[in-house]
Amino acid sequence: MTIIAVASIVTAGLTIAMGSIGPALGEGRAVATALSSLAQQPDAASTITRTLFVGLAMIESIAIYCFVVSMILIFANPFWNHVIAQVAGK
Amino acid sequence: MHLSPDEMIFWQYGLLKLNGTIVFTWALMLVLTLGSKLITRNLSTGLERSRWQNLLEIVVSAIERQIKDVGLRHPRKYLPFLGTLFLFIAMANLGTIIPGYEPPTGSLSTTAALALCVFVAVPLFGIADLGLRRYLKSYTEPTLLMLPFNIISELSRTLALAVRLFGNMMSGVMIIGILLTITPFIFPIVMTVLGLLTGMVQAYIFSILAAVYIAAATHTRGSDTRKSDTRGSETDLRPAPTP
Repeated sequence: MTIIAVASIVTAGLTIAMGSIGPALGEGRAVATALSSLAQQPDAASTITRTLFVGLAMIESIAIYCFVVSMILIFANPFWNHVIAQVAGK
Repeated sequence: MHLSPDEMIFWQYGLLKLNGTIVFTWALMLVLTLGSKLITRNLSTGLERSRWQNLLEIVVSAIERQIKDVGLRHPRKYLPFLGTLFLFIAMANLGTIIPGYEPPTGSLSTTAALALCVFVAVPLFGIADLGLRRYLKSYTEPTLLMLPFNIISELSRTLALAVRLFGNMMSGVMIIGILLTITPFIFPIVMTVLGLLTGMVQAYIFSILAAVYIAAATHTRGSDTRKSDTRGSETDLRPAPTP
């Protein structure tokens, strides 16, 4: 029973920790490129900004997936619920 | 601390549950419909107009310009659907200002429903614009080998839309909840402001992505792809030409 709890907690922490590295790096590069192209062509600013936001949202969703997985592990964990139901039934 | 407004039960009768999501969604629909009805009661086409009508006109023409910039010709055709998406999600997220309110988009049911609407609307618009055969043929472009991948990409786009909106909203609510137990008084207010900002951005992203998907579905190979209008704030106020 404790091993389920330990595994869930450790996995939740690791998921969100490693899952936010990639998107953060990607978003940094995207914004850097957008800034340099804004400096080159300021009159295309609205197109660049809009495309930047759409791209950032797509990159961000990877981090959101990892966040959702860790939230499920902490708050809506089916294995933990099953164990709790068993202990309560005893 | 609960995960979503689904867990706030206002009233229960056997199997029927009136939870927070339903109540807040209906309240939102009531506010939006009644507000628009009241404002558009006496529309004026002259230079004298009420400030509420001015506000609505600004909102509608801004959305129309955005739809046009995405590459959709005749934005009036898509304005009801995309405008409703944006206004509903924006108002749902903006209402966090009101105490005791939780955005219904923080529940996976609402976001899944909205994503399903987009999932159904994209083929509908595509078939309406291109005809059934041509639209179905676009799934086999560039080669027939891409057919399963195109179908999978449709499904995963829908899932991504739902989870993205849900994750952003739920995380905002949860961070505020956690911070209220750790450092109350000032810091949760800062996080609420951040939550409002991400809410607005997510509403914009959701509708722009829906517009981009519709544009991809109604774009035919060989038809001219108009470059985005960089001439500024010219809005096409003529009604959409009937085919």
